[in-house]
Parts: sequence; structure tokens; C-alpha cells
Amino acid sequence: MKLKTLFIATAATMSLTLSNVLLAGETIKVGVLHSLSGTMAISETTLKDTVLMMIDEQNKKGGLLGKKLEPVVVDPASNWPLFAEKTRELITKDDVDVIFGCWTSVSRKSVLPVIEELNGLLFYPVQYEGEESSKNVFYTGAAPNQQAIPAVDYLMDEIGVKRWVLAGTDYVYPRTTNKILEAYLEAKGVDKKDIMISYTPFGHSDWQGIVSDIKKFGSEGKQTAVVSTVNGDANVPFYKELANQGVSAEDIPVVAFSVGEEELSGLDTAPLVGHLAAWNYFQSVEADVNEDFIKRWQAFAGKERVTNDPMEATYIGFNMWTAAVEKAGTTDVDAVEQAMIGITSPNLTGGIAVMNKNHHLSKPVFIGEIQEDGQFEVVWKTESVVPGDAWSDYLPGSKDIIADWTAPIKCGNYNVKTEKCSGQNF
Amino acid sequence: MCAQHIYKSEFMYTVLFKLKKLAVFFLLTLFVAISSRAQTSDIQTAETSDSLTFEQLVAQMPSAKLNDLSEIINALELLSDDRSLVLFEFMLEGKLYFIEADNAVITLNEELNGGEAYVATNVIDLSIIARINDDEIKKIRVNNKLRIQLRKAIAKFTLFSKNPERRKTAVENLMSNLTLDNIALLQEATASEKNTAIKNKIELALNIAALQSKNIDEQKLAIKALDGELHPEVRGALNAIIEKDSDGNYLTQDKQLIQLAEAALKKIDSKLEFYGFLERLFFGLSLGSVLLLAAIGLSITFGVMGVINMAHGELLMLGAYTTYMIQTLMPNYIGVSVLIAIPAAFIVCALVGIAIERGIIQFLKGRPLETLLATFGLSLILQQTVRSIFSPLNRQVSTPDWMAGALQINPGLSLTYNRLYIIIFSLMVFVALLLVMKKTSLGLYVRAVSQNRDMAKAVGIKSDWVDAMTFGLGSGIAGVAGVALSQLTNVGPNLGQSYIIDSFMVVVFGGVGNLWGTLVAAFSLGVFGKFLEPLTGTVLAQIFVLIFIVLFIQKRPRGLFPQKGRSAE
Repeated sequence: MKLKTLFIATAATMSLTLSNVLLAGETIKVGVLHSLSGTMAISETTLKDTVLMMIDEQNKKGGLLGKKLEPVVVDPASNWPLFAEKTRELITKDDVDVIFGCWTSVSRKSVLPVIEELNGLLFYPVQYEGEESSKNVFYTGAAPNQQAIPAVDYLMDEIGVKRWVLAGTDYVYPRTTNKILEAYLEAKGVDKKDIMISYTPFGHSDWQGIVSDIKKFGSEGKQTAVVSTVNGDANVPFYKELANQGVSAEDIPVVAFSVGEEELSGLDTAPLVGHLAAWNYFQSVEADVNEDFIKRWQAFAGKERVTNDPMEATYIGFNMWTAAVEKAGTTDVDAVEQAMIGITSPNLTGGIAVMNKNHHLSKPVFIGEIQEDGQFEVVWKTESVVPGDAWSDYLPGSKDIIADWTAPIKCGNYNVKTEKCSGQNF
Repeated sequence: MCAQHIYKSEFMYTVLFKLKKLAVFFLLTLFVAISSRAQTSDIQTAETSDSLTFEQLVAQMPSAKLNDLSEIINALELLSDDRSLVLFEFMLEGKLYFIEADNAVITLNEELNGGEAYVATNVIDLSIIARINDDEIKKIRVNNKLRIQLRKAIAKFTLFSKNPERRKTAVENLMSNLTLDNIALLQEATASEKNTAIKNKIELALNIAALQSKNIDEQKLAIKALDGELHPEVRGALNAIIEKDSDGNYLTQDKQLIQLAEAALKKIDSKLEFYGFLERLFFGLSLGSVLLLAAIGLSITFGVMGVINMAHGELLMLGAYTTYMIQTLMPNYIGVSVLIAIPAAFIVCALVGIAIERGIIQFLKGRPLETLLATFGLSLILQQTVRSIFSPLNRQVSTPDWMAGALQINPGLSLTYNRLYIIIFSLMVFVALLLVMKKTSLGLYVRAVSQNRDMAKAVGIKSDWVDAMTFGLGSGIAGVAGVALSQLTNVGPNLGQSYIIDSFMVVVFGGVGNLWGTLVAAFSLGVFGKFLEPLTGTVLAQIFVLIFIVLFIQKRPRGLFPQKGRSAE
């Protein structure tokens, strides 16, 4: 009797696994590699939800190549080495065809060797420092010339800023961006003594000394501005301290590259009003596609939720991937990679985004002022789209380097002078 | 128009009251405005706005772009209509709206039902709208450029105001915009000004204007008059005098003037340096007070009881979340809520502390390694619990008005109120704790048990009860510290982690078991760190402090004030 039940049970589980395998054969698996716990959970959870919403919508439209999309969500827990492990797991164990993921540059750098070794496909949706182009990664966020450089141009030309404070969190993205900005400012004729650079650790909360230094630096009689690559929640005490010490956005404006709608939601915005942010997308941009997207997002995730720039980058990346898969007729990485180049997709601000040969997008740049309600008021935008530049033209080491993934170059690190491909160095 | 509508500055409403009487006259002009709106909407170019009336200009506002708004404000400024002032002030505060249905421009006076609807005033005829819904109105946009423009425009209107505070801000705002018009206005004002403080400010502004003029004799006189003045505008103007062109030659030819300006700058700089030193000291004390608050609870549980409590940081976090809870319970009394949060956080954290002691630590007595691991695990559990209940996002704790801003001692030195209060508060907590330990029977028992447990038991002290109470006291103090921290840093599940290392560092450095040691250690580490910061940068300064402590502990393993006598063994 016992033996019989055991047999039935085994048979049942076996048939279950079998049917699972069969079902799995009929779906296209999409890996979602965003931290759902730890310090980055604040920002990354939203992107996971965005991918899930896009998959859901795609499935309602009938899936892709006649198959359903199936999300595989993993939690790398804001732990950089774990990002690499989870990537390996997604590609070898779960057999995903594409991964949407990563936020910080550290996490992307840790995923890179794995994704190149296993020939996977990663869509990276966040603004970053550039100086990279991998065959297996598509960068849908902004490169420095799509965010930092236009922001500096705006401050210089429209506000008349003469003295610059480059303040950042101490890690790879702010350090590289500030290096580029410093070179750019010096090329524009700004004196070295008119640039002040300061770094702080992650989660810094005691800003009194730095703000007082900024105040002194700004009291020399020339218009001063702060270019902030301060990341994460350290921004809140920073802005609070600015307000407490009486530094207003009218005296010394702060333009931030990591403060978006999501970071501002649920935060006392009174001390921030008038400060600036540079992005490729703001929720407040008036466009029909945007309104429609916001409506869908709020229906999916909740009435109070806001949208932001990395969400738009995820949206564009996902749409481009589905278009490329349809164009290639397969989810094979090499075929999709080639199909991706030149693909266009509407962005949420009413224009068209193009995937360039260097795996970066062409996008418009907006400068917005923070309002009381946590939204941004666009005060400036580029006249046309700006193509993303993987290798900055302002750094001596990368001036001659380009990325081009089409034949005959097919290289992410190609020196036009020596005509040599150096491959990646991470 | 009864008393409850008065919610902004009283002055503005006295203006409104007076103008209300004129409303009848304006009703007529309103009709003109409405009928002319159709025409003006076609010709909304900035050039035409010079000759327009107040009504016409205001009617243009709802559909104007930001650049056009700037022109409209310019034109309104020239009209010298008293209604402009009210409009400017509301616009500056972002409370100028228009009704979408008929494009009437209104100011929002009072919130109803938590922001669903408002009491509003029509800008043109000053009629009160008793209730207008949030979705019927749209904001008239402002940006930084407009805000600067508005501030200057308001300054012109209020330079002759009855309220001395407003005259003062007016002078302050005009100081950065010393055009010929404004200089004439200031000269006019100095004749009629009775208040000496404001008169001095106007003198200062006029002297700065003289410094900026191209007249060398006036400039020299101004430099003498402005001797030792720390206002940033003075420094800016002096710097402009000694500016060099790209070849390194002075722009001004007069050698004497350059000498005078350089001497004046030197004097200002040495003064600023002195005040800068005082400011650094204040920053150091402030950092020290935060360290003291974070560590003082630990100096009881770790220092006196010898329990290595890795969950101490989470007790700070619970204190901060208690502040958040109290604020959500009484959203209309933010100013008081922080004060109420202090005892509340003490009770909550003391109870949690007692539970930890009774539930975990008492079973691990004399096994420091196991205690460390168990409390570390507990800290993770507490973090995840908070994350599940309150979400992983940071919670917004508002700063009461009395804690915002800074105490301006002179233009070179200002002390922020929140830091000032927290320094005072940390000393109060310290003194209170000292009194508890020295003057109460609980303190006596605690000292007895920590010195010799067996002997204390022998004379009839319930050592278990004392342990629980001591741990509760230390945890409660940690909760109180959390209330203070909620005003300085982000309230999130990870709040505790950033303070736990610092807390242990302070207690070990000060000497385990010595409250005074903790005090001295906290303030000296704070001041040391803050004076290192400008030399090395924030990141390196923290590393240097750690290296310093490592070396110090090598030399004096028992810290600054080691316990002496048999009890220390």
C-alpha cells in the first residue's frame, strides 16, 4: 500500500516536472537582475516592476515570436559580487535570453566578465560614466555627454556660472564623471582655482564642513554652482544643510545627476525647490506617450507612484529588444545584437530614440528645476537628440577611442589613430 | 474676510483690507479686463506689455511662457500698482494659481481638507473665493530667474514699508542689485530711516555701490568706510578692483587704490579665517555631540554591564522611527511632536531593551562571543522587521520650524540651530544619565553589580532585576539619541549600521565603564575629525581617525580614562 502511494507520488511529480519542461520550451525567459533588498532597493525595485509591467503588456499583445515571455526575478541584494553570481545562475541555470538589470556602475562592472564569457545580453538602464562598450551590453541610460556636459553648458551659458564645485560620492561613477567635467571645464578656459572637488562616502550625513566650504568658495564675487554626483539618500541631508546655512538655489544652484522623481517622492522638498537636475526624461514632460505611460504605470503599480528617467530607459530598452527579436526572428544573442543596431523606438518625451553602433542611444537632454510637489519644471532642453558617446572626447586617454559594433571594426575599444582594437579592460 | 483667513504675513492682509474698499472701483476695470482678454491673448508678445494695465498684464499670465513672465513682471513693476506686491509675494512662494475654466489669476490663502481645496483671492478684484478644488486650478510657473527678479521687485516695494523686518530684507535684497535706480531709492530711504540697524545696512549698501562705481576717489573713501566689514558683497567688490587681465596686469591703473583694496582684503581674510576657525570648532563639537548621543547608551550597556550589544544601532533606529510615528499621529503639531517623541522613544526602546535582555542576553552571561553573534543576528532581524513594516524606503521626518535656519552672529559666522540644539540636548542627556548613576538607588545598584556581582547579591540586590533595568536604561537612552539623529540624517532601516562602529570606537577610546571618558572621547574625536576634514577630504579624514585610534589603543589599551582599583580586574 505504502509503496503504491509512493509510486503514484513519484509519477505525479515526474509528470509535473515534465510538463514544466514542456511549458518552459514555449516561453522566452527574461532575467530581471535588480536589487530588491539592501541600500539600492530604494531605486532598483521600481525598475523590476517596470520590466514586469512591460512583460505583462507584451504577453497581452500575444507575446513574442508566438511565445509567452516569462520573467525570472532574482535578488542580488545590493551586493556587488552577488550580481556576477546571479548573472551566471540566470544564464546557465535558468537559460534566460536577455537580462534587464544593474544600477550602480560597480554592479555592472562585476557582471561584465560573466556576461561576456557566457555570451549573454544585458540592458543597462542608468546614467553612467562612459568609458566602456561591451558587445553583450546595451546602454540605454545617459553617457556623460548626454547629461553632465549639457548641464554644465546650461549653467555656463544661461546662468553665467564662473566657479564650479564638483561634489560626489566616492566611487567610480562620480570620479570618472568629474574627471571628464574637469577636463571639459579647463578646455573651456575655466581656471583650476575656480574648480573645487570634494568626495564623500556613501550615505554621508554630516555635511556642515563641506557646505560651509562651498559657501566660502561661492562668496568670491563670481556666480558659483555645484555639480553634484552625490548618490542615494546622502542627498537629503546635503540639501537640508544647504538650506540651514542659508544657501539658496538662487545664490548657488545645485545641479544633480542622481536625483529623480523617485528619490524626491516621500521627501520634504521645501529646502530643494529651485535646485536643478539633468535627465533625459521628466515625468512632467508633456507628451501623449508619456501621459499614456504614466497612466499604465499607475494602474499597474499604484496611484501614488511616480515615473523617472531610468524607467524610461528600461521602457526604451525593452521595446528595442522586442523589436530586434522580431526583426532577427530568433532570440539568439549574436543575431539580436546585430539586429539591435539602428533600431528605433519612440521615447516618452515625444521623440524617437535610435540605437547607435556603439550600443548607446540618441536621446534629448532636459534640465529641470525641483518644484514643491517633487516634480520637475523643465527650464531648458537640447534642440535635437544627442548621440551617446561611449568614450569621452575630453579625456586624454579616450579621445581617439571609439566603439563600433558593426563590420568591419566590430570593437568596443578601437583606437582610430593606431587602428587597433584593445578589447575591454575592466 | 474674517480672522481665520489671515494665515500669511499680517501685513499683506492689512494691504488687502485697504484694497478691498477699492474693489468696487476695480469691478469696473475687471469687465474691461475680461473683454480685453480676447484681444490680448492674440498679442502676447513682450514688446506690447509696456503700455498695458495691471488687469491686462495679469490676464496674460496663465498662458505666458517663463521668458514672457519675466517681461510681465518687469511691466508690473513699472506700474507701481499696490496689488503687484501681493501678487509678487504669492508668486515667490509658489502660491499664485489660475482657474482653468476662466483663466482668472488667484492667490491661495488657506488649505482646506489637507490640500484638496483652497480658500483663494482673485488677484484683480480681490474678491474671496470660499472654496476652490485642487483639480480646477493650475499653478503659474516660477523658476530661479523669476524668483530673483521677484525678490528684487518686492524689495523696491517694501523699502518704505512700516515693518522694519521687511525693510531690512528689502535692503539685503537690493544689495546684490545696485543699479542706479536702486541707489537713488536707497539714498531716499536713508534720509527717512529711523531704525539705526537698518540705517547702517543702507549705509553699507551705499558704500558697496560706491565701491562698485568707477570713480576712484569714491572707491577709496568707500574702502575706508568699509574697514573690516565682512559682508560677502564687499569681498566681491574688492576682488573686482584687484582683478587682473589675462596678461597679469591690473585692470585699474591707480596704484594707491590697489594697495588699499589689497590691504582691506587681507584684513577681511584674516578676520574670516578666525571666524572660520570658530566655525570649524562648532562643527567639531556638533559631530562630537552626535557621537556622544550614539555612544552614551552603549557606554551603559557595554561600558558598565560589559555586554557587547551589536543591536545598539538598531535601538537608535527604533528611536528615530518612533519620532516618525509620533509625527504621523500628529501632523499638525510638528514643533511639539519632536519633544513628545523624546519620552516616547525612551519608553519604546527601553521596553525593547528589557525584552532583549530577558529574552537573549541573560542566557549568555559571561560568553561575549556568543552575545556578539546573537545580538548581531538580532540587529539583522530588527532591520528586516522595520523594512517589512515601513517599507525599505526612507521615512520623512520633518524638521520643526524652531530647528531650521541658523543663528547669524556676523556675516562670517553663523551657527545652524539644529546642530546647536543637539549639542545642548546631548549635554542634557549626559548630565541626566550622570545623575541617575550617582544619585539614584538604581544607579547605586548598577554600580554595585558591575563592580562585584556576588557581593552585591550577598547584600540582597536582585542582580537579575538590576541587569534588566540597566539594559533598559541604556537602550532607552539610545532611543532618545535616535530622536536627535532623525533630525540630522535619513530615517531608514540602515540608520543604525552607520553609527554602531562609531559608538564602539568612542566608548573604547574613552575608557570602558567611564561616562566622563565617553564625553571627552566623543568631543575630541569630533573636533579632531572636523579639523582634519579640510586638509584631507572627508573620506581620508575618517580613515585617519581610525588609524589614530588603532595606534592609541596600542599604547593605552584601556582608553583615555581607564578604571582603576580592584573592580577593574
